Amino acid sequence: MATMSTRLATVTLPNPVLTASGCAAAGRELHQFFDVSQLGAVVTKSIMPRARSGRATPRMAETPSGMLNSIGLQGPGIESFIANDLAWLAEQGARAVVSIAGTHTDDYVLLARKLAGHPAVAMLEVNISCPNVESRGQVFACDAIASSRVIGAVRRAADPAQPVFAKLSPDVTDIVHIARACADAGADGFSLINTLLGIVIDTDTLAPALGGVSGGLSGPAIRPVAVRCVWQVHQAFPHLPILGMGGIRTGLDALQFILAGASAVSVGTAVFGDPSAPVRVLAELEAALDERGLASVRDAVGLAQRNQRARVSA
Amino acid sequence: MTAVQLQAEILSVQRVGEYLQFTVVAPEIADGFQPGHFVAVAVGGAQSSMILRRAFALSGATPSDRFAGTVQFVVAAHGPGTQWLVGRTAGELLDIVGPLGNPFPTPSGATRAVLVGGGYGSAPLLPLAQVLLDNGSEVEFVLGAATAARLFGELAAKRMVGRVTVTTDDGSAGEKGLVTDVLPEAIERSSAEIVYACGPMAMLQAVGDIAGKHAIRAQVAVEESMACGIGVCMTCVLPVRAADGTSRFVRSCVDGPVFDALNVRWRDVGRLPGDLLGADAMGGH
Repeated sequence: MATMSTRLATVTLPNPVLTASGCAAAGRELHQFFDVSQLGAVVTKSIMPRARSGRATPRMAETPSGMLNSIGLQGPGIESFIANDLAWLAEQGARAVVSIAGTHTDDYVLLARKLAGHPAVAMLEVNISCPNVESRGQVFACDAIASSRVIGAVRRAADPAQPVFAKLSPDVTDIVHIARACADAGADGFSLINTLLGIVIDTDTLAPALGGVSGGLSGPAIRPVAVRCVWQVHQAFPHLPILGMGGIRTGLDALQFILAGASAVSVGTAVFGDPSAPVRVLAELEAALDERGLASVRDAVGLAQRNQRARVSA
Repeated sequence: MTAVQLQAEILSVQRVGEYLQFTVVAPEIADGFQPGHFVAVAVGGAQSSMILRRAFALSGATPSDRFAGTVQFVVAAHGPGTQWLVGRTAGELLDIVGPLGNPFPTPSGATRAVLVGGGYGSAPLLPLAQVLLDNGSEVEFVLGAATAARLFGELAAKRMVGRVTVTTDDGSAGEKGLVTDVLPEAIERSSAEIVYACGPMAMLQAVGDIAGKHAIRAQVAVEESMACGIGVCMTCVLPVRAADGTSRFVRSCVDGPVFDALNVRWRDVGRLPGDLLGADAMGGH
């Protein structure tokens, strides 16, 4: 049996399968289908300083092998999140990767400070795919300087024992350029990838299908884009761990991300169609490693890149 | 109520007008069933490009102490997912999650109720009528649809209760018109104390208004589109007023699908009213 434990910077997880931000709430609803403490960690829905209503409906459109969503980060705000959601995760003995989001750098700093020292918080995932109010609404993750500023500020404010992962958007010309800015600012690793922006037009109403007009595309449709991003960032920063996500539905999908360079994976949109997907993916991944004679997750991380180099030099 | 995910064998598929009623073997869901519960069904098979479940109100259940433990739901072929479903036959397996949602609240004692179904929205009202009749209540039905073929449950309703009023938009069955045309009379003649309804959003809003004018409550089950049905995706939200006066976007799947019509801000569905909790935090986003 392959050794499933994995490391994300200074944190060791019992296995490399996590939920994905925004696809598991804070784990409570999924707990009726499986014990959430069995996962590597629960990645919670992006939390912001204050309660947010989210956007008007419709918020979702199904697309080929995917879906477009425009939720608008509906959430209870950090105080309620800590008192209710994080407390519940701690009771279950689950590890939490807390996704934080803001519209100002100060929002992120406040959130990182509030989460410092909390025993259930394994690490922070910084969702920088938000409009930066200080920069006319440009998305942080599409601007190297803004990304660097947020990640640097979070790294300085956060608990030193909590790794800070920058979650990057694939909607950029050169993701390695943004990753470098985050790495230079002190990011301990990367979460790759956030959704891709898309629009669906409803041909009955002759108007955009979503209330928010554009939305984030997720699901198996984006998987090759995500694996490419993991590949590029791992190639550029082989020493920085990657949490990979984007359309993972099976253990073999998860294995693709690990072979490309991810040290762990998040199962996201698949949960909507199959609430027990995370534990199924974990079992399938373990079997896939065994079938291939891979002794551990660690042995498999980036293996496809090493194999490719060997193939080229041979 | 804890939901389960299971592979349910299709026992039978029965054509009812333009609809198909599925009976599937799902003892864990059948045993916990209460009227108003729904199930979420995966479509297209394991390699499907349709990755989201389709939600269906349960139209009945037979607990496992009496038979295999089956539940029933009604499918209308609207799009590719439901088209796939209506192609299934007895003996095949469906991946089903349920029971989901909150059931219709029912009084412990007898009451007088009017049950209003639009199209196959009558599906969850049939088992509800049985629960109400069992506790000694007087029940009457108002069933409406665009055409006669889109009515569901007329016969079953007539077997259960004495009074069933049918309306169709085109007059192909019952009275020509809308359920809301005949509802005031039904409430008045039965001295109804409560209205239960399931159907399209516009119908539920109108039913709620009529109940309000008669100073009685309407408990309505919404048919909002959902991605997950279990409360994690946040796509199926509606603006709903709580007892403390605060309005929030709440999830139709886990906070509904049954709501007191009085608390739903129907006119704000599809909008972001400024007084909603957390709307002030949406600036610039």
